[in-house]
Amino acid sequence: MKNKPTKKKMSKAAFREHCYGLAFVAPPFIGFLVFMAFPILFAFTASLTSWNGMNNMLDHFVGLKNYVKLLGDEKFWRVLQHTIIYMIGIPIGMILGIIIAMGMNRKIKGVKILRTMYYIPVISSLVAVAILWSWVFNYDFGLLNIIIKALTGQHGPNWLGNEFWVKISMILFMTWKGLGTAIILYLSGLQGIPRDYYEAARIDGASGWNLFKSITWPLVSPVTFYLLITGLIGGFQVFVEVLVMLPTGGINYSAATVVFYLYDNFAANRYGYASAMAFLLAIIIFIITAINFKGQDKWVKTID
Amino acid sequence: MAKDKDLATSPVKTKKEKRIDIIVFVLLSIGAVAMVFPLVYMVCASFMTKGQILSGEFSLIPNPVKMGTYADVIFKSNFLRGVRNTMIVEVPVLVIGGFTSSLAAFSFSKLRFKGKDKIFLGLLSTMMIPFAVIMIPQYVMFTRWGMTDGLLPLILPGLFGNVGMIFFLRQNLSSIPYEFVEAAKIDGCGYFKMYYSIFFPLMKGAVMTQIILWFMGIWNDYLAPTIFVSNDKWHTMQVVIRQFNSQYAVNSNYPLIMTASVLALIPTLLLFFFFQRYIIESMAISGVKG
Repeated sequence: MKNKPTKKKMSKAAFREHCYGLAFVAPPFIGFLVFMAFPILFAFTASLTSWNGMNNMLDHFVGLKNYVKLLGDEKFWRVLQHTIIYMIGIPIGMILGIIIAMGMNRKIKGVKILRTMYYIPVISSLVAVAILWSWVFNYDFGLLNIIIKALTGQHGPNWLGNEFWVKISMILFMTWKGLGTAIILYLSGLQGIPRDYYEAARIDGASGWNLFKSITWPLVSPVTFYLLITGLIGGFQVFVEVLVMLPTGGINYSAATVVFYLYDNFAANRYGYASAMAFLLAIIIFIITAINFKGQDKWVKTID
Repeated sequence: MAKDKDLATSPVKTKKEKRIDIIVFVLLSIGAVAMVFPLVYMVCASFMTKGQILSGEFSLIPNPVKMGTYADVIFKSNFLRGVRNTMIVEVPVLVIGGFTSSLAAFSFSKLRFKGKDKIFLGLLSTMMIPFAVIMIPQYVMFTRWGMTDGLLPLILPGLFGNVGMIFFLRQNLSSIPYEFVEAAKIDGCGYFKMYYSIFFPLMKGAVMTQIILWFMGIWNDYLAPTIFVSNDKWHTMQVVIRQFNSQYAVNSNYPLIMTASVLALIPTLLLFFFFQRYIIESMAISGVKG
């Protein structure tokens, strides 16, 4: 019995299929090894060195020093804080998204055109719209302040030039850019809810808010979950919008994000330090995603 | 009882419901107009003169209408070179990457081989890896390989396929019964032939949608081009647009900047308008089932 191979030997035909199967997935797998797996290992190794791109990386091993330095780096904590503040846009987008999607789900004629309008910012080039908004936010002749002046007679805030308002500006911009996605996804979630769920609840005397609370919201929870996960993963990586709108990171670095700070270090040839930051970021993202997946049983429902 | 209810839920709306519909529609319209308003303003501004914008008075109507800015951007700048460079990246990546992705999706969905699920999960997990982690190593790799002088750093990784596309196409193929494979095997059909004569035609629509989305992704990409391509001559569209901004914002030449941005948006907007249904559908699928 002992000598019996644990796996049955493959038949000739099955072996052929095995080989072809592997060959067909080889390109993405090789791409994964070369452009993902190897760089990840490389970045981890680099994060343990004081490498600057010119010196020999492996000769400058410093152990966990970069990580220790990072935890004591006041600037890092500040940019992390900014990054998290920007994530206020995630629940705002969800709330607006579900409200608008519910309106659109009423099957009103002409609503498709509106859907398209809400979605346009999503497919627009980030650089182009960030440029546009940096002008919209302009203190002297930006669209926002022109409108505020016309409506109230007073001069609006210095959107991008003030440590507080710059955060509001970024949240506003990101919500605008991403709202279309939330709407489309919630709408398709709503369309999957069987009508008789509502009918049955109405017979039991449930009213508007209760219908939403006990039927709609739980049943679109997979969408909320998806928006939360992708929002967090993307939110931790916010960079280009800041770079375009505030190339120096804003007054006193007040708009800079983690990746912005990382990029600054990379540009200054502090490769080891930047790699440590990148790795810490990946760990944060991994832990938060894992917590979310663990916790999803508690609130994410599926229809069946 | 249930049957009566089914009859009662016919699509005919009551008067009260119709009134609510109108209010909802008006509110949704106001929101939609607010959403596109900055973009409309951008288009209007691209026809204005610098003086009109700097006057600080709000107006959507260009006065005088200046068309020349478009010609200036297109013919007197690096704009066309940026478009050319972006297209040099797009074509090989979409053709070869589209092929490798769809072939892999076919294999993951319909062929039986050892380690299939592990490889697939491995590929999928990369979607969680922040670009910041691989950015520096990739930059060093491309520098060592002497590629940062051209567009290869942007082309090469794409040729190996796109995980998002593989995932989506695999989902798409899962609705096709396995009997197709068995029948083809009985007929003595080879595996590659099975892919291109049976399964590729079946997923053609999904492939097209994914290619369009990928096209937009490459077109709108800024980060990779700006990090990996050091030679100005090879800067892609988005990098050129950004440079426009830093170059002309100093003297507040907003019409010029806005014109360049409008031009950068046109291709993706056109694609979106033509293929809207497919694009939204595939977005919805990845969100609800993903």
